[in-house]
Order: sequence, then structure tokens, then C-alpha cells
Amino acid sequence: MNVAAPPETASATVHTAQAPRVKKVTTRPPKGPRRSSLLTTFTWVVALLFFAPVAWMVLTSFKQESAAASSPPSFFFEPTFDQYRNILSSDAGPYFLNSVIATAGSTLLVLLLAVPAAYALSIRPIKRTQDALFFFISTKMLPIVAVIMPIYVIAGQIRMLDNILTLIILYTAMNLPIAIWMMRSFFLEVPGEVLEAASIDGASLVGTMRRVLIPMVAPGIAATALICVIFAWNEFFFALNLTAANAATAPIYLMSTMTSEGLFLAQLSAASVLASLPVVLAGWFAQKQLVRGLSMGAVK
Amino acid sequence: MTGISHRMSRRSLLTTGFGAAAGAAALSLTGCGTTGRGGREQIVVAIVSNPQMQDAMSLISDFHRQHPNIDVRFVSLPENEARAKITASVASGGGEFDVVMISNYETPIWAERGWLADLEPYIGETSGYDDDDFIPTIREALSYDGRQHAVPFYGESSFLVYREDLFIEAGLEMPQQPSWDQIREFAAELHNPAQGFSGIALRGLAGWGENLAPINTVINTFGGQWFNTDWEPMLNSTEVVEAVSTYVDTLRTWGQPGAATSGYGECMTHFNQGNAAMWYDASAMVSGIEDPRSSTVVGSTNYALAPVMETDYSGWLYAWSLAIPETSQHKQAAWDFITWMTHPDYFQLVGNEISWEALPPGSRQSTYDIPEYADISGHYAEPTLTSMENATQQNSMVHEVPYDGLQFVAIPEFQDLGTRVGQQLSAAIAGQQTVEEALDQSQRFAESVARTYGWGN
Repeated sequence: MNVAAPPETASATVHTAQAPRVKKVTTRPPKGPRRSSLLTTFTWVVALLFFAPVAWMVLTSFKQESAAASSPPSFFFEPTFDQYRNILSSDAGPYFLNSVIATAGSTLLVLLLAVPAAYALSIRPIKRTQDALFFFISTKMLPIVAVIMPIYVIAGQIRMLDNILTLIILYTAMNLPIAIWMMRSFFLEVPGEVLEAASIDGASLVGTMRRVLIPMVAPGIAATALICVIFAWNEFFFALNLTAANAATAPIYLMSTMTSEGLFLAQLSAASVLASLPVVLAGWFAQKQLVRGLSMGAVK
Repeated sequence: MTGISHRMSRRSLLTTGFGAAAGAAALSLTGCGTTGRGGREQIVVAIVSNPQMQDAMSLISDFHRQHPNIDVRFVSLPENEARAKITASVASGGGEFDVVMISNYETPIWAERGWLADLEPYIGETSGYDDDDFIPTIREALSYDGRQHAVPFYGESSFLVYREDLFIEAGLEMPQQPSWDQIREFAAELHNPAQGFSGIALRGLAGWGENLAPINTVINTFGGQWFNTDWEPMLNSTEVVEAVSTYVDTLRTWGQPGAATSGYGECMTHFNQGNAAMWYDASAMVSGIEDPRSSTVVGSTNYALAPVMETDYSGWLYAWSLAIPETSQHKQAAWDFITWMTHPDYFQLVGNEISWEALPPGSRQSTYDIPEYADISGHYAEPTLTSMENATQQNSMVHEVPYDGLQFVAIPEFQDLGTRVGQQLSAAIAGQQTVEEALDQSQRFAESVARTYGWGN
């Protein structure tokens, strides 16, 4: 059994014969148990503060409307599934289906376009790569509200209002710049030697992409896809302005549960829980890939 | 082997996913258009998601039984979002909607621009519709050039609800038509902040359809006006300053907590949960206050006419109504739907299928003759009808004005102007500025609008 080493001192004074002058060497103090527990407590407090609204939403979804509106708020109540029953028996299905179609369709399109684009901007940089990258990100600088009226008029002229294809196209355009930037940072992490080896072995461009590059950046693709899914699933402004009865998505359903003349908090909370579940579950299932993917671009 | 199958599964997953999305999108696209399921004619109805409209949505199977060849799709949104969306669609000719829910503010303005279908021919050809049964002030407010361009689903004026049990306990007596001075005395007497109980609840949330609605009725009854007959803005006149000061002071001294952000919904919740002695607001409040599922004060309330000062009456006039945009390609089917939702038979349907408390109030006079409704609406039927029948500029204003409307100025610019002024007044309610400062700024906003009507040129 080893004898435990004495704890390091906070600072040490070093005397040497060759250096008669006293030199103080200061080392960083180790984290003491008290400081560590303070940090832990602080972390817990911050985490709970962030989680509190979500917890309150889940709690409210199991209340009756009158209990949800009570002041002061009630923490102890008889839970009910009435709000969930109401939603499941309502016409919420098409809204959620539209969200699935718009999200899946736009995410797949984004990946199909972003991966080759990011390749061209990282592994085999084209001329004026920086300009191209700036162009992509500059499309995010114009506020959406500034262009909604022209988009609305154009969509109306070509009879694409209230059409799910319109949302798929717009969500693709909305997420493409971010996806290209993210994928580019992942591609830059791939060592050039690996690509050279593939080239020496006679792999074609497509073969290198399929067999070498894509598997290596798969966690990055997963992270990019999840970001696109989250943005598309939660998108509200385009959906509100460009859809009506046929292409309305889940966020529009959430809004339709609100009323200015009556109680709606419990119903809205239950609808919000159901609308949040797909993204939370997707994030949970892809957690491992996601952590690897999100840290890829950060580790040198 | 594992790697290959892994790649294969990922590829097939991608292919399957993309195929499924494309297929679903294609299916969805084929579902769009003017023909609904099973070759039926499809109409799209844009409505405000208020309780009475949600009831209509839940009863739609009755319409489908009567009109099996018409498929109705609803777009239901809260008031502000619905108003913005419907306005954008109708004004730009978007054509998404066959029936729109609008108010007596939009109807004459939009009808003048030719955006709405004239409903007179449809009304004339519909037997048993009984157009004369609509409350006359509402019917007039929904007409342009003497012709109806919208029909009311439910109408409202404004009046005061109060806790009769607490008034009796405190030895107070509410007159049938109180003055604002009396309201302030009652509020001071019953206000009890230590118990979380406020003397009165009033709207403070900024918006032309929020705080400006009650404030404008106070301005009217104090003898104020937005513009005089020469379109000169009058928002910093003595009468308006006195009226707004009374409202703001009443709310700040005896009103509910968080007054500056309280809209209709917050005030409703506050009163419903037994936390206020009085509430001055829309007469449609009865559907929430008298509903035992959401209210804790059922049976302990009574109602009085809107508080007055210099005028005989002070209630506003508002109607959620149904109209057909000119762009609709299905006008007859749209009218069939409107007929169903505003016909006298619909009231029997709601009463039998949902509840008699849930009847859309304030549209048809005959509603108040239905025995089951008369039984439960005894204490608020008369103030509702009296308020609505007297909600005219002649009864509720001191001076002549060049615009229509009581709680709004019926000009297109008012949505923007009203919201800006509402924000100033909300800031005064929050204590961020004085009433005089708020009204001076409001006056400047109004001046820029007045110039487009010839003032100052």
C-alpha cells in the first residue's frame, strides 16, 4: 500500500547555492474542498434556474385550467391527464405531421448541399473561399421580418402559400449557411495524411468522401443535423405568415391553443410538452454522437 | 462486416428517410388546393381562438351533416396574430381564406376598398335567416353604404362586474349606472393589498385593442375626443388629461398587481379567482365569469352599466363577425358556412350540445328570449342589451367627431397610432412617466396622422 504523498503547498520558496537571491515560485493553489463544493452548489443553482421554467411547464400540463391560473400558484394539486386527452382527441395530428415533413425534408436537403459545399471550402479550397464563406453567413444578417412581405407576395403569385414545399425550401435556405460553416470546421479537423493515403490507394473523390471522410466526420454530421432539426422544428415566423390550413406546423398549433378570452395555460403547457418531446428525444438518443461532434471543431 | 452493414443501414436509412419525406410532401401537396377530401369543395375559415369560436369548431360535424359536399378547414389564432394574418392576406389578395373573422373596425374600411363581398344578395336568398333579428347598432356597424359586408357571430359592449357579496358585507350599494367618482370610492373602500385583494381590475397592457379600449370610453364620457371636426388632434386637451389621469390613478392606487402588463385575460383571471372587487371590461366577460369550470365567483357577482361622467352612456361597441374576402373562389360554400354559424338554429345547437352559458352573446336579440338562456342570464342580460343598444356616438360622446367608432377611431392608421398611444399610457400606468408626458407624446403621434386628413395644411 502506498503512502499518500503530502499535499502540495500553496507556494514554495527555492534556495540554491548558485542563486543566492531568494526567488519565489508561486504555483496555482489546488481547488480546496470548500471551493469545490461552492462551485458545485453554484452550478446546481444555475442549472435549476434554467430548468425551473421547463419543470413548471410539465407540472402545469397536469393541472386543470383553473388550478393553472390560480394565484398564488399551487404546487400540490390533483394531477389530471385531461389536457393531454384534449390534445390527442383534437386535430393536432396534421400540425405535427407537417412539422415532421418540413423538418426531415429540409434537414436532408441541407445535408445533401452542405457536405459537398463544406468539402469544397475546406479540403479542396476553391478560389475566394473566404468570400464564399462570408457570402453564406451574410444571408443570415438580414432580419427575416424585413423580407417576409416580398416572400409572401412571391409565394402568393406562384400559388405556393400554405404549401409544405415552401417551408421545406425556406428552412433549407435558413439552415444551409450554419450547416456549411459547421461542416467546414469538422472537415478541417481531418488530417491531410489520411486523404493522401486514400489517394495513394487509388480512391476516387466519391470513394474518399464515402469511405474515409464521411465516416470520420459522422459525429459532426449528426451534430449539424440535430441543430438543423431543432431550428426547423421550432421555426415559427415563416410558418405563421406563409401557412394556413394545409401546411401549418406544430408551433402554430401551440399558438392556436392560446386565447385572449379565457384560460389556456394548462392546455398550452401540455401542447408545449408534446411539441418539445421529439427534439428532446432526438438529442437524448444522439447524445454520444453529439458531444463528440460538437467538441470536434474545438479540439486542436 | 459490421462496418459494411453499419454503412448500409445508414445509407438505407437516409434513402428511406428522404423518400418518406418526399412522399409525404407530395401527398401533402396533392392535398392542397381547392378540392378537399373525397372530391368535396374545401373552404378555409380564419377565426380568432376565443371560447365561442372553439365551440363552433367542436360542433362542425353538424355542418358537415347538413353540407356533406363542403369540407371546412379552420385556421385558429389568438386575436393579435389572427388580425395581422387576416389583414395581410386580404389586403394583398393572398387568397388563402374563404371566410374571415373580423370586427366592426375593419368591416367598413375593407368594404370601402372592395376587399369584402357584399352579403346582401346572400342574406336575401337565405330563408329563415332573419337578418332583422341582429342588434341594430351592430348591424349598422357592419354595413358600408347601407349594405351588410359582415354578419355578427357575437357582439359586446362594456360594463362593470362587481362582487355583490362583498358590497353587501361592506354596506355599499352599486347604482345601476355608477359614476367614475363612485367607482373610485368603492375601490378605495374594498382595496386590501395585504390580502392580495384589489379594489378594481382594469386593463393596462399596451395595445389599441387592449388598454385603449376602456380608456377611450373614459375619454369619451369625460368629454374628450381624439380629433375635433377639423381633424385637429385633441389628446392633450383638459378633458383627455382629466380622463386619463382618473383611469391611471384609479388603476395605480387600487388596481391589480402588474397593472401595466394586464390585458383582458389577466384581468379575467384576477377577477375569476376572487382577487378583485370590481372589473370594468367587455360584456363578453360573462362567458368566463359565469362558467363554474374556470371561475370561483359564480353566484356572487352582479353587473352595472359602464361608469359615466358627462354622457348618458359609456359602453363600447364591438362585434366579432364573419365576412367573405372578394378573392374567395367558393363564395356560396363560404356563405353556407356563415349561415350555419350565425343562424338562430345554431344557438339551440350550442345550448343543447355544449351549455346555455356558452351561447354567443350580443348578436341576435332573440338569444335573450330563449327560456334556458333567460334563466341563467337574468342578472346580466339587461345590462348587456342596454349597453349595446345605447352604444352610439350620440349617447356616449359630448362633442361631434369626424370619425366613426367609440373605443377606436375607424381610420386605417389607427392600428398603428392606437398601439403607440397605448404604449405611452401603459408607461404612465407603470409609473415610468407622467400622464401629461404620455399625452404630449401621443399628441405628436396624432398630429402626423391628422396631416393626412388635411389638418395643418
